[in-house]
Order: sequence, then C-alpha cells, then structure tokens
Amino acid sequence: MNPNQAPRTRIRLRYGKSGRIRFTSHRDVARIWERSLRRTGLPVAQTEGFSPRAKLHFGLALATGYESDAEYLDVDFKCGEMAVEEVLKSLVDVLPDGIEATGGAVLAPGAMSLQQAVTICDWDIELLDVAAGDLAQWVDQVLGAATLMVTRERKGQKITDDLAPQVRALEVGEPTSRGVRLLATLGTQPRAARPSELLAAQEPVHRPVLIRRTRQWIEQDGARLEPLMVGAAPVQHTLVGVQ
Amino acid sequence: MSLWPELELVLPEVSKPARYIGGEGGMATPEHHPSKVAWLLAYPDTYEIGLPNQGLQILYEILNERDDSVAERAYAPWVDMEAEMRAGGLPLFSVDTHRRAGDFDVLAFNLSAELVYTNLLNCIDLAGAPVRAEHRADDDLLIGAGGHCTYNPEPLADFVDFFVLGDGEEVVSEITEAVWDWKRSGKKSRQSVLRALAAIEGVYVPSLYDVAYDGPALVSITPRYADVPAVVEKRTVADLAAWPYPKQQLVPLTEVVHDRLNVEVFRGCTRGCRFCQAGMITRPVRERPAEQVRTMVADGLARSGYDEVALTSLSTADFSGIEEVVSATMDCGAGEVSVSLPSLRVDAFTVGLAAQIQRARRTGLTFAPEAGSWRMRQVINKLIDERDLYGAVESAFSQGWRRMKLYFLTGLPTETDVDTLAIGELARNCVELGRAHTKNPSVTVSLGGFVPKPFTPFQWFGQNTVSELQRKVFLLRDDIKRNRGVQMKWHDPKASLVEGIASRGDRRIGRVIEEVWRQGGTFQEWSEHFDYDRWTQAMAKHGLSVDWYVHRHRTEDEVLPWDHISAGLHKDFLWQDWRDALNEVGLEDCRWTPCYDCGACTGYSIEHIVASAVPPAGGSQGTGQVPTGYQPPEEVSVQLSGIGARSST
Repeated sequence: MNPNQAPRTRIRLRYGKSGRIRFTSHRDVARIWERSLRRTGLPVAQTEGFSPRAKLHFGLALATGYESDAEYLDVDFKCGEMAVEEVLKSLVDVLPDGIEATGGAVLAPGAMSLQQAVTICDWDIELLDVAAGDLAQWVDQVLGAATLMVTRERKGQKITDDLAPQVRALEVGEPTSRGVRLLATLGTQPRAARPSELLAAQEPVHRPVLIRRTRQWIEQDGARLEPLMVGAAPVQHTLVGVQ
Repeated sequence: MSLWPELELVLPEVSKPARYIGGEGGMATPEHHPSKVAWLLAYPDTYEIGLPNQGLQILYEILNERDDSVAERAYAPWVDMEAEMRAGGLPLFSVDTHRRAGDFDVLAFNLSAELVYTNLLNCIDLAGAPVRAEHRADDDLLIGAGGHCTYNPEPLADFVDFFVLGDGEEVVSEITEAVWDWKRSGKKSRQSVLRALAAIEGVYVPSLYDVAYDGPALVSITPRYADVPAVVEKRTVADLAAWPYPKQQLVPLTEVVHDRLNVEVFRGCTRGCRFCQAGMITRPVRERPAEQVRTMVADGLARSGYDEVALTSLSTADFSGIEEVVSATMDCGAGEVSVSLPSLRVDAFTVGLAAQIQRARRTGLTFAPEAGSWRMRQVINKLIDERDLYGAVESAFSQGWRRMKLYFLTGLPTETDVDTLAIGELARNCVELGRAHTKNPSVTVSLGGFVPKPFTPFQWFGQNTVSELQRKVFLLRDDIKRNRGVQMKWHDPKASLVEGIASRGDRRIGRVIEEVWRQGGTFQEWSEHFDYDRWTQAMAKHGLSVDWYVHRHRTEDEVLPWDHISAGLHKDFLWQDWRDALNEVGLEDCRWTPCYDCGACTGYSIEHIVASAVPPAGGSQGTGQVPTGYQPPEEVSVQLSGIGARSST
C-alpha cells in the first residue's frame, strides 16, 4: 500500500520533565519516547527505508538540566482512529520516573508543526544568589533597556543579536524555600530565546539553580492557545503523584 | 544520606550530566541496613562505556536478590566532574541512590582493560580510602576486583584487597558471607576478613603472599600462611542455564555503547585462537538452552522497549542451532527487531543469514580475519580460508551492504612484511567483489598492535616495539593508499606498549601505575588523555626496563607473575601450543573432537555443554565433516555489530 494513502492519526501529547531526569538531553528524551511507545504496543507509524524509526515529531528543544510542565510531541499512529485516553493510559507504566504524559489531543489534518506554531514560552527561574529587592531592580533594568545584545556561538561563528523584543514579560515571583523566583515570558520565533541568555543579558549576571518551562503558547489572532487546544477535543490527564 | 542536593548544583556545570543521574529501567533502590553487606560495584571508565557491562549487571542483580546484601553502581567521573567533586569535597558516589562510597562495605571493580588501571586508583582515592592496601585501617572499605584482567593481578596487587578469578555468580555470595562476619564484628580486624576471603576458592588476597626477586627476575610468589592457597584456582559456573541473568537488563536514560538488549547465549570458546585470552580463560564451552535464550529475548524486549538484540558470546555462530534462534528472535517483539551477532564466523554468514539480519535494520559489519596470510593464520590458529571470507563479503554486498570493516592484528609471532602486506591484498579483493553490486564499495582495515596476554600460548612472546609496530602500520598504509575504496585505521602503537607493560607486569609495576595516576594520568584509554611519556618516565624513575617487561621473549623455565593463579590450563599444554604455533601447526576445536587435555575441564571435573555434536554447517565447512586428525579447517570469523555501538576509543 502506498504509505501516503494509509490511514493515519496524529496525536499531540503534553508531558512534564522533572527531577533527576532533567539532566538528560533532548536527544535522550527522544530515545526514551521511542522505547516507551514500543513498550505500549500501540500501532505507531514507522518511517520507510533501511532504518525504520517511529514517526515522532518533537517541539522546541528543552535545554539539558531544565525542568518542564509543558513539553509536547506529535505521534503518528497507523490507524484511522486512536483514542487519546488509551494512549495516555498505556503510557503511565512505561515512562520513566520524572517524565509524565499529562494531556493529549488528536490533531486536525494539516495542523502546523509545534516548532512553527509555538510563539512564546513561560519560564520559572529559581535563583539563590540574589535578594528579592535586588532582583526587582534588575527586572526594571531589563524591561527598561532599549536593547539587550547577546552574543552566542553557532557553528564556530559569533552571532550577536538583540534579545529585547523577545522579552515579552518579566517579574519577580513568590519566593521558593531556598531562593527567589523570576518569572519570564520569552519569544520563540524566529529562534527560541533561552532563559540563560536572558540572565546573561544584564549585569549582574545571575546563576540559576533551577529553570522550569511552565507553559508553551500559540498566539493566534490576539489570543493565546495552549498547543493542545489547536486539536479537536483535548484530553487532560490527571495522574496520581505528579508534581 | 543522599548527595543529590549537592550534586544537582554541580551537574549543570559538567558535560553529559546524565552520566551521573542513574534512574535506568531495571535500577534497584535497595534498602540499606546494618545487617546487610553493602556492595558498590564500580566500572573504572565512563558511564557510557561501563553501564552495559553484563558482568557487573549480573552481580548487581544477584546481590540485590539476596536478603543479606545490597548493591549499587558507580562509574569513573569524567575529568570535569572529578574537578567539581574535588573542589566541592564530594566523594565517589553511587548513581542509584547517590550514596557516598564510604557508606558501603565493599568497593568492587570490574576490570576489562589494562589502560583503566589508573582510573581504579583514582576511584579508590575519590571514595576516601587510602590508595595502597597496606595503609587501610581495619574498618576502611574493602577493595575488590574481578574481570578478565585479574588473571594477572600483580600490577594492582598493592591497591586491591582481594581479586576474584573467573565467573562471579556463585563466589559473590560466599564473599558476602565472609564480609558479613567482619561487619558483624564491628569491622575490628581487617586481617581476619582477608584471611577468610583467601579461604574462598577463586579469591586471591595479594597481601598474604611474599614476592621474591633475583635482580630483575621474579623468583617466587608464595603464601605467608599454611591455610592460604599456593595456587588460586578460577571459578567456573558449570551450567549457564542455572543463571538466566541479567533478568532485568538496565535500560539507560542516556546513550551508551551497546545500547540494546544483550543476551549471553554461551560462555567459553575452544576455537583455540592463540592470541585470544578470552578464549583461553573462559573454557569450557557452556551453552544456554535455546528455549531459555528465546524466553530471555522475548521478556527482555517486552520490558525494555529495545528494537535491537545482540546475542553475545565468543564466536556466536558456533551456538547449536544459531539460525533457528536468530530467526525466532527476529520474529519476537511487537515491531521489527534487529539482531546483531557481535562475533560470528564468516563461513556461517550466508546470503540467507545476511538477508534475514538486514530485514529490520542493516547493522555495521566487521569481519575479523585477524591476519592477512594463510601462514600467519596457521601460527595464530585462526584457520580461515580466504574463500570463506570472500563468500561472506559477497553475501553481504549482494544483500545491500556497501561498507564493511576488516579487523587485523599486526606484530604477531613470526610475522614478516609479506604477512603484513597480505592484509592489503585481502582488502583490495573485498572491494573488487563489492564493485559487482555497488558503485562505491568501501572496506575499512582496522589494525591493532598485538599485545601478548597471560594464559595464552603467546604469553612467552616478546611484543613488537613501538617503532616496529609503527613501521608495519605505515608499510600497510602506503601499500593501500592508492586503492580507492580501502580505508585504514590503526590503534596507537604507544598505547599497545603501555597495555603490554600492564598485561604481563609483576608487582613492581604498581609503582609505575601509582606514579602515572599521581601525575594526573587518568582515562589513559582515551586518546585525548593518553600520555605515553608519563609511562616511560615512570618506568625509568623506578628503575624498570620497558624492554625487559615488554619486548623480551620469555623462556620455558621462567617464573611468570601469574604462576600462582590458575585458569585450569596446564602450563605444559600452553608451552606445547606455543611450539606448535612457531611450527605453523594448528589445533582443532575440542568441543566436537576428542579432548587434548588443556586442563580447563579435567581440572575442575566439568564438561562442555553443547547441544550439537557437530560443528555448524556453512561455507567450506558445509560438508558437515568433523575433521579426524588435523587438516586446515576452512573457516573465518565475522563480527556484526551495530554502527555506533562500538567505543570510539
């Protein structure tokens, strides 16, 4: 059968990453998903060719060491219908500690890929080396700056660009048990701004102990949509022992 | 108890932090208790090299199944992590519950390669114990070691409290009981636990032996007490079927070498390749029942989610009914499962097998003829026929493979430039065969310098010098330089020299290992950290001659540093095999032919466990005839392994 004509269902899954598993890389997480989905025995579609792999489409990479409540991936199943509830249920026992599937939705045909669709992310950044008052001052400086030039290295070349347009919101949050919290909303297009770049963009440079992505958003006609909301009938999954 | 709160502040600063987090599928979370002996099983190399080690995983499971012991794992921290640990006062820790090494009773190392010896010292130091055994207090960590390198334990004798020889499945429990007696008594007397350990068959406690020298010559290694054995015998598990381990192979969260399900199908090999220490020290052949193999594969795939299985052993095609097992393996599991056979004779690598193996995913191909000329292969007793190699290569190309690797040794006994250049000829012929099937066939020659190992017929042979190995490498490189489709890689001859120092060194080499470690020489098996000059300077500083230890031919009457260790093999059998090698006389495989009494079975009253009475059919062996008397068996070895599943070092 021509694979293009075979029935397919694309399901978008939301998952969290926390605890010690946060030190795995984006690539590691992709491999964990491949193994976990094989363990479920669900009919995941495979790529063609000599080295077939599961058809998984990941969203924005999460830097090694960061936690998240809002990671997404799209999974193609080789069948015309697939219940999101069933997928979420079969994942409970096969995902490793620290990775939890928390929701899903069947995607409408032709839905934009996660990498294209998501425009902003919310971040929760825990800092130990700064007092709340000093941090508030730092936030004012960042928000008041006309430009925030950051330099990064890419393929051996130094690239400097302005982070200021990417800083969509910034505030001091509730304190944690051991430090203070900075809440940021950063743009992802044309490239995703990293919290570490934000922290380095304005003196004094703060060293985070924990960075957590709390939300990803798709901005559409002035509204913010959670990536599951672009699909039909999203299913929120309540898991015992999450968080 | 857990160091995690401190570690998680350090991990963002180091490369590949997932090396230190544990959390693998199948991981134990053992409950420590004063009434349980706590083992920290360590692999003295990086996590990604050490995690797949099956020996360590087997002991980990057995110890955690017992109700009087717990086991966790540790790996050598990479240099950046070590710097953070030393700066922050963090000790070596387990990856399972991030417990400090000092909270365990035993720190036991798996030793698979000599170049990790300095890492072992570094791990002991990071664990907080004195590096030299003689400086340890009564209640300090007990330092143990097992694995193939322990067949010459002497270079590490000053640092390790006890060595374990041979299969660990049974002896690990006996050791646990001896350690428990020591722990129960409040760890009052180290001497008493060492004496108790020495009484266990298969355990060698080097501090209980006196070593005598006469100038550079070793005169004797003798026990100090009457109840300490003069010769320590290896342990052998008689029946692999009784030990279906690991039952829950660890599934790592981050990428490691051999990242697949591994099922050991048999242990031991009697092909008799004279350079191969593994084949000599693991005798006899003990097959796992085919039905148990199938069960372990099916269960392992279901619980791990892997889509690749390696059937492991030496020369896996010798397993009785290998084709049926491969076929059954490929059909189990929900989706496509690929099979790799890390060690497989080429005469069994038929078009049919090639077709089947590439059904799911085409894995990398490595054929290991080991030597270029038929004469050389007679010397090393790897009696392969060129036609079989060409047949296998033809099968692979015809099934769509476009590149393969050929593994060879150089610096073998009696080797001449004719033998070295014959390697190039074989490689060229393989590329020519490929042209019929593909436009750009590619053959990579991988050349390693031969290092003689204890308990092989070549243990008396003087290793080639660095310059001689280098000359041969360049000779071959220049010969094949202009051949399109032939590439060449080689092992650093300087690293082979250091391996040679450690492989056949005596107790005095310990000073050299310590010196290199004290100067910061860790991760010596990693080319970016290997420091040849440190080793040669340390040898000179301690008045030890590289020439004497490495390049000198030994004589029959010489006392060897491992003469007080026994792998079951009679020394006169090995000597006769060495003479036969020099006379280019081969020796057949005793699992299908009458016993020639090497000692491995007769000495321990055990036997081969082999389901089939005849060798597997295939290639030029397809006649199915068991040779009577000696005739050149026409066979070749092949290795199949997943691309990227090989260590890059």
